[in-house]
Amino acid sequence: MSSDSQSRHQILEENVVFHVHEVTKVYQMGEVQVRALRGVDIDLHRGEFTVLLGASGSGKSTLLNILGGLDIPTEGHVFYGERDLTRATERELTEYRRFHVGFVFQFYNLIPSLTARENVAVVTEIAKSPMKPEDALKLVGLESRLDHFPAQLSGGEQQRVAIARAIAKNPDVLLCDEPTGALDSKTGIVVLQALQRVNQALGTTTVVITHNAGIAQMADRVIHLTDGLISKVYKNETRLRPDELNW
Amino acid sequence: MKAIDIKLWRELWAMRMQALAIAMVIVGGVSIFIMSLSTLDSLFETRENYYRNHHFADVFASLKRAPLSLVKRIQEIPGVDKVETRVLAYVNLDVEDFKDPVSGHLLSLNANSAGLLNQIYLRKGRLLEAGRDNEVLLSEEFARAHDLQPGDKLAATINGRRKVLNVVGHVLSPEYIYQIAPGAMFPDYYRYGVLWMARKPLASAYDMDGAFNNVTLTLSKEGNEQDVIDRLDELLKPYGGIGAYARKDQLSNRFLTEELKQQKTIATIFPMIFLGVAAFLLNVVASRLISLQREQIAGLKAFGYSNFAVGLHYTKLILMITAIGVIAGIGFGIWMGKGMSNIYMTFYSLPFMIYVLKAEVIIAAVLISMGVAMVGTLYAVSSAARLPPAQAMRPEPPAMYHTTLIEKLGLQRFFSQPTRMIFRHIERRPLKSLMTILGISMACGTMMVGGFQEGAIKHMVEVQFGMSQRSDLTAIFTEPTSQRSLYSLQSLRGVEHVEGFRVVTAKLQFEHRSYRTSVQGIAPNGRLMRLLDTRLQVIDLPPNGIILTDYLAEILHIKVGDMLTIEVLEGNRPVVQVPVVGLAKEYLGLNGYMQLNSLNRLLNEGHVISAAWLKVDRLHQVNIYAELKGAPRIAGVVEQESAIKSFYETMDETILFFTYITTLLGGSIAFGVIYNSMRIALSERNRELASLRVLGFHRSEVAYILLGEMAVLTLIAIPLGIMIGYGLCAYLAFQFDSDLYRIPLVLGLKVYAFAALVVISSSVISVLMIWRNLAHLDMVAVLKTKE
Repeated sequence: MSSDSQSRHQILEENVVFHVHEVTKVYQMGEVQVRALRGVDIDLHRGEFTVLLGASGSGKSTLLNILGGLDIPTEGHVFYGERDLTRATERELTEYRRFHVGFVFQFYNLIPSLTARENVAVVTEIAKSPMKPEDALKLVGLESRLDHFPAQLSGGEQQRVAIARAIAKNPDVLLCDEPTGALDSKTGIVVLQALQRVNQALGTTTVVITHNAGIAQMADRVIHLTDGLISKVYKNETRLRPDELNW
Repeated sequence: MKAIDIKLWRELWAMRMQALAIAMVIVGGVSIFIMSLSTLDSLFETRENYYRNHHFADVFASLKRAPLSLVKRIQEIPGVDKVETRVLAYVNLDVEDFKDPVSGHLLSLNANSAGLLNQIYLRKGRLLEAGRDNEVLLSEEFARAHDLQPGDKLAATINGRRKVLNVVGHVLSPEYIYQIAPGAMFPDYYRYGVLWMARKPLASAYDMDGAFNNVTLTLSKEGNEQDVIDRLDELLKPYGGIGAYARKDQLSNRFLTEELKQQKTIATIFPMIFLGVAAFLLNVVASRLISLQREQIAGLKAFGYSNFAVGLHYTKLILMITAIGVIAGIGFGIWMGKGMSNIYMTFYSLPFMIYVLKAEVIIAAVLISMGVAMVGTLYAVSSAARLPPAQAMRPEPPAMYHTTLIEKLGLQRFFSQPTRMIFRHIERRPLKSLMTILGISMACGTMMVGGFQEGAIKHMVEVQFGMSQRSDLTAIFTEPTSQRSLYSLQSLRGVEHVEGFRVVTAKLQFEHRSYRTSVQGIAPNGRLMRLLDTRLQVIDLPPNGIILTDYLAEILHIKVGDMLTIEVLEGNRPVVQVPVVGLAKEYLGLNGYMQLNSLNRLLNEGHVISAAWLKVDRLHQVNIYAELKGAPRIAGVVEQESAIKSFYETMDETILFFTYITTLLGGSIAFGVIYNSMRIALSERNRELASLRVLGFHRSEVAYILLGEMAVLTLIAIPLGIMIGYGLCAYLAFQFDSDLYRIPLVLGLKVYAFAALVVISSSVISVLMIWRNLAHLDMVAVLKTKE
């Protein structure tokens, strides 16, 4: 109990959005147990642009999924503000994702039967104080592609629609899982520029997962994960613009 | 075993539940196909065999009285093989503890013999013994209805004299497979029976010693049926012959033929619907199965397998699943076919059942199922194999969608994004959506066929016995009698109203077409028998001319105003011409109606009647029966109401069974189509729906998209299904029309509602099952995988 009250105290003291406390995650894969996270402690701050860096299998996606309310840790606690996500019901987690989190995925996960505008609207229609879908798409430079279906858009454009969809609800946090993973470097830069613009313009707390170390140079803070543990955390003295990044 | 074949077996094992689901669809289609067709073949084969082994006659004739010496001349007619004469009488029966009037046919039979022709089949007890004048054999159904066992007694009024008869056995006869009283609508085993007794006592009671009043014969191989009938008619004319007829016109055989014809129609339609739906489902499921293996196909091709080898591999997989379904379906179909045949054996009073399974039925079932499976598989495999391997291994590009027609009309703003998704998804695969709708409609239509028969028969009974024939009793005189007899009937305590009528057998002819039936002379403005026109309005019977049943006019191609030739087959057999003055709606039998006086005039007789309709007070009904049973000049009494009631009882059971079967069929089609469609939609849209869950959609909101689509399809399918059902019923009614009866196309609201209800229930059950699957959408996995 003392650790719980201590954690809350910490949240109030500092400008902490997420407080991750001794989180472990064990998957049962057939007959093998996989320990994806082995006791992770980290705080994420409001407005911060964080990059989670690690090799594949390091546990970074597991951590992001737990932060996003898509998965529940085996042990430990994750606080979003004052709310303990590890104790939330399925319904509460859905509400959490609905009103507070914006997701961007490696494979875009757009709805193929909806146009760009409608893919954004599908989220704004259920949000509390969203921006207009057109404004969100303008923010990612797609104001001229509003009525195109996903099949009529390039990969980079699809990913930017996904970003517009994620930010249109004015989320408190933006969680991006390998957002440039399926894109070439040129398109990737356009997508990262969109993310940075959102972070700076709206002050949205942003977490980006990548295995591409170059991208880390645009972050406020970089967290290295190795084999389910945080191996290194550092702040960038100077942040690079996406077009200055070294891929 | 080659590695690729090991893959085949492993995958088959891994997808065993899915494979089983596909196999079940095939089992349903194949087993119904096999069951229906084999049952039908069995019925036809059994009937043929029964007729052959029991020497069922080819030609039948009744007459007033002819000496046995005439047999020699009948035998000499070219084309005649065997001849048997009989004494046949229509009698009143008296069964202990059964108050209602019972009538029956009494046939003469030699001692220790099953007869020469129309041989009886002894089910219980023994044949008649020589010298025992009061022994009688009963038709099995009648004996069972009254629980009359060998050793029991019953009484018969034989030509006005009451005689107590000893039951010695139960028999079946090829002549009475369908045991129905003359003029009745349905079999009533309580109130009509067939009995066989020794010739001597029967003949002496009817003054037939050394004579006969009924003859049946078989034809030799070269015998010409019509020729024999014509010569026999010529021969019997002086002896009061009322016209010989062929086996195809024999009552029991006619009814059986009509029923078998109906069975054939149903046995063709239902399996076709079922197999058609199974084919569609198989196609959809097989295509999906292959498209899920897209990457594996690319992999195999990358290793150097040819398109043909890949195609063969998947064809084998699908054929193996199909084979499981076909084999189980054949086995199950045979089992159901045998069970069904046995039900029919009892239903039609057949002594045995020869189960026939034709090779071509099995071959057809195998070929149709395999063919359909192959088409679905090859199409999916070829579209997967056509892609270069590298491209196939990349994620599939987003499916192409368009804004739908409804949205282009400007209705878009009324739709939320999930609603738009529903419409666009339906429109993207129009053929598949259409087939799904059609499948559900077929289920709806199938169910209506079940309800249709009940409503139609109720309507028939209501019109025939509620609006047209409104008497409680019909008393038939032993021979035409003076109208004065009505007074004695009227004087019976409890008789409220009596109307006499005259019936004669006649051949009605127009141009080259003719039909043998009866002409009834009835009182104009009678209360107990009213003719109805096609709009069910009461017709006034004009003093001159004849009114025909509408269907009879169709058969004769005669219209109102034409002159009809009537050849009376009784008495001095006048041939006259009368104008047709109207048509009457009748669902049962075909008749001509004239005013009683004008028929009397035509027959050149006085005021004569041959039967009477009675309206009686219910309180005195039992006494009236007793009086009539004892009356010497009354050959038989037919009671309407209890006959209808007992018919309803038997019908309720049959209808319940039939409704149960069609509900099961329709329900399983609906469930099969809806559940499978949703399972596939779930598999295809798993990623999309999981993404929405990630974006914060609740399970119910995600369900709306998936289930909403199904709901739209189901809602379109129900009205379409109602139209299909109406069409099916109309087709059946049309197919079932015959001179015996016409089935009206009457569909009550209940029929529509029930069909829709079963379809909706099937959807709800499917939805509940899918709801569980929606709980297990893997949000994490879907973000990591490509498709």
